[in-house]
Amino acid sequence: MEQQYPVLIVIIPMFTAMVLTLAGWFKPAVCQPLAVVGLLGSFLSAVATLLQIGAGEVISYRLGGWEPPFGIEYRVDSLNALVLVMVSLVALLVAIFARKPVEKELGNKISNFYTLFVLLVTGLLGMTITGDAFNLYVLLEIAALTSYALLAMGRGRAYMATFNYVILGTIGACFYLLGVGLLLIKTGSLNMADIGTILPKLVGSETVLVAFGFLMVGVWIKMALFPFHGWLPNAYTYAPTATSCLVAPLMTKVSVYIMLRIMFTVYSADWIFNVIQWKPVVMVLAVVAILMGSFFALAQRDIKRMLTYLIVAEIGYMVGGAWTGTAAGLTGTIYHIMADGLMTVCLFMVIGSVVYRKGKAHFESFKDAFQSMPWTMGALIIGGLSMIGVPPTCGFFSKWYLISGAYQSSDYAFIVALLISSLVNAILFIRIVETAFFSATPSEIPDPHAHHEVDYADSPVSMLIPMWVSALALIAMGLYTGEIVTRWILPILPGGLI
Amino acid sequence: MKVLSLIIALVMGALLTVILDDLPAWGDAQSPANAHVSAYYLENAYKQTHVPNVVTAVLADYRGFDTMFETGVVFVAVIGIMAILRREGVPKGAKSRKRPPHQPPDPAITGVATRFIVPFMQIFGLYVIAHGHYSPGGGFQGGVILGASVILMAMTGELKSALNRMSEDWFIIMVGLGFLIFAGVGLACMFYGGNFLDYSALAPLFSGTPQEAAITARYHAMLWVEIGVGFTVMSSMFAIYTYLASDGWMDRGL
Amino acid sequence: MEWLQINYNYLLVIVLLMIGLWAMIGKNNLVKKCIGMCIFQNAIIMFFISMGVKAGSTIPILNYTKIDGVKTYLTEASMYANPLTQILMLTAIVVGVATLGMALTLVQKIYSEYGTCEEDEILEKLN
Repeated sequence: MEQQYPVLIVIIPMFTAMVLTLAGWFKPAVCQPLAVVGLLGSFLSAVATLLQIGAGEVISYRLGGWEPPFGIEYRVDSLNALVLVMVSLVALLVAIFARKPVEKELGNKISNFYTLFVLLVTGLLGMTITGDAFNLYVLLEIAALTSYALLAMGRGRAYMATFNYVILGTIGACFYLLGVGLLLIKTGSLNMADIGTILPKLVGSETVLVAFGFLMVGVWIKMALFPFHGWLPNAYTYAPTATSCLVAPLMTKVSVYIMLRIMFTVYSADWIFNVIQWKPVVMVLAVVAILMGSFFALAQRDIKRMLTYLIVAEIGYMVGGAWTGTAAGLTGTIYHIMADGLMTVCLFMVIGSVVYRKGKAHFESFKDAFQSMPWTMGALIIGGLSMIGVPPTCGFFSKWYLISGAYQSSDYAFIVALLISSLVNAILFIRIVETAFFSATPSEIPDPHAHHEVDYADSPVSMLIPMWVSALALIAMGLYTGEIVTRWILPILPGGLI
Repeated sequence: MKVLSLIIALVMGALLTVILDDLPAWGDAQSPANAHVSAYYLENAYKQTHVPNVVTAVLADYRGFDTMFETGVVFVAVIGIMAILRREGVPKGAKSRKRPPHQPPDPAITGVATRFIVPFMQIFGLYVIAHGHYSPGGGFQGGVILGASVILMAMTGELKSALNRMSEDWFIIMVGLGFLIFAGVGLACMFYGGNFLDYSALAPLFSGTPQEAAITARYHAMLWVEIGVGFTVMSSMFAIYTYLASDGWMDRGL
Repeated sequence: MEWLQINYNYLLVIVLLMIGLWAMIGKNNLVKKCIGMCIFQNAIIMFFISMGVKAGSTIPILNYTKIDGVKTYLTEASMYANPLTQILMLTAIVVGVATLGMALTLVQKIYSEYGTCEEDEILEKLN
């Protein structure tokens, strides 16, 4: 049984989705509990797989019993396993959270929503765990198609925003497929580790370089790195509450994981940083992404839209960290994949609760929030502290690793951008807290003598519990940073970094 | 915007043209793509699975996991289109004014022709699924032919008459059932002790020496898997047509 | 000229890729964008399939001969076209159909919501 855990992570949600379709068509009330049970099974398998991996070990699971590269292989090393645990945990929390908002916003389409939800998680988990480049493409398309349908279940402007996402997302996935095709034509194999062993013999080939370009641009479009970020703010803002809580933390982070896989398993760190000269260009893109995301976030009135611009900035952190070429920078990126997933889900759940109670998430919705929704605001404060980078939350440690990595490789513009971004995050969250405390939006003057009764109308318990679990996980992850880094991240750092 | 997109397209074309000297010649039998993994498939597929159609053997056995998720993509398309488009009740008010007036089809010529053609189409579709081991065919191809036969009924008659034969309940059940058959075969392999989708683990169900039984198990399991795929593809083709043609109202087609 | 003769299969694919990408980004009408998406995906499919051709080969269904009355299959790899690329493209075609279905559903919803399929008119109505 122990050796079946890697495949159980993916097939438990898949079977749940099929059963959900059949059962939910006739009896919708059974959908949400089934989804929670399926995702719980997946989370437990992911934790079991993580605990099985010793230092630097790789678990290889052969699907169909064929040995790679003739069959499809699941390769789990600790980078994979960490991302799998994060994805399944976030999905489980959102599945518990989503009960009330889905009933309210999507009343007659509950079974469709949960089927698509569980299949999206299947696609993301399958993308993370696979060791085969074409299998990754198929699962990328499953995740993309389900996310198109989930995002389009909003109203009004959601359709046009999702259509733009469809066009750009298809360009990204097709560029990825073109890159895989160019690698196939030169190496003859689809297994990522196998291509990694064949490529060093093909050093002077331009096809390999162009293939890398197509793979990178395809993945950057999917993760919304500047200048390909245009689809993200609109698509995530107009989506239904539970959809944006699920999609926002996960889709872009898994794309960052794919970029790391391509950079360090298929190609090698030595080739990327010593042979080709792309690092300056990518660092410029990362710095612009951080600055642009932070400044656009400042200009927003709608808090949900502000958070989507913060996602664009966080992607800049991770891409910059990976491309500094230092061990500390890459540690920061890997740690930040998990930290950002938890931070984003916590903040989006807070915003989702405010939307559920107040109808929209502008500054006015936060007036007197400390008296009417104290627990929700508490989670917002913890999430905000993590975004700013205050110890002991995990946001501090990821910024620490990123800054020390950039210092070792003399990327001072990146350090300045990180510090400016922390400052801007502080301004953003202080403004919200100020509105919540003083019952006046930033454009009004607070009246200290006005006193009015405010009802206690906090979010329902089914929404509070996942929110607080993610907030406490932020603190717990920060406290256990040392163990996480030494046990799981340091052993898999590839050679050839500074 | 048009100028910017022209520049992007030209840059992409230029990038690909520069590498043309590096790519292998067209038709080269020794290029890496033709020599490394696919030569193994051609040489060993019959020995290990007794299926002469190498495409079916690789699709359903060596890379069967990809095929399962491809079936999943079709399933997701149906559920996604249903989630976005399907509406309850009857169109009234502004919605009924926006629809073009309905012209019922003339049943004299097209109806009679359809009644003759559809049975042959369906038998041919079943044949294509079943004979996929020896000739070009398989689950996807046969499923599309079967789905096309139902769409033909919907296009030449009324959508309602086709929906009477394959109602919405049925096609939702069949879409899920096909995917469950495929994944169920994989799960059965796990119960018999093998990895997921390792058909040789089903050898105890067949007679003969262990090696022969493993090969027979692979041969038969491929057929079950293709049947599952056929179910899903047939019902999803008709489902997508129904939702798109009736704009979600499920009452009348084109 | 020589160079064109040798590489014309790849050049055809590149031209189709350029047309598809330009249509997807540059065109105003949403349905034309969907058509561009189809062209782009089909061009990539053609690239993979042209990768798998071997000169003088037949389809990858094994032929057999009778040697001493026993049916034996001929498994010489260079006799048959490459099956791997064809299988990958079966999957890619299905994925393309599913994406096109989703895109057309969205176009239908946009049309019923705004009454037009031209992107600039829709943006005017939104603002």
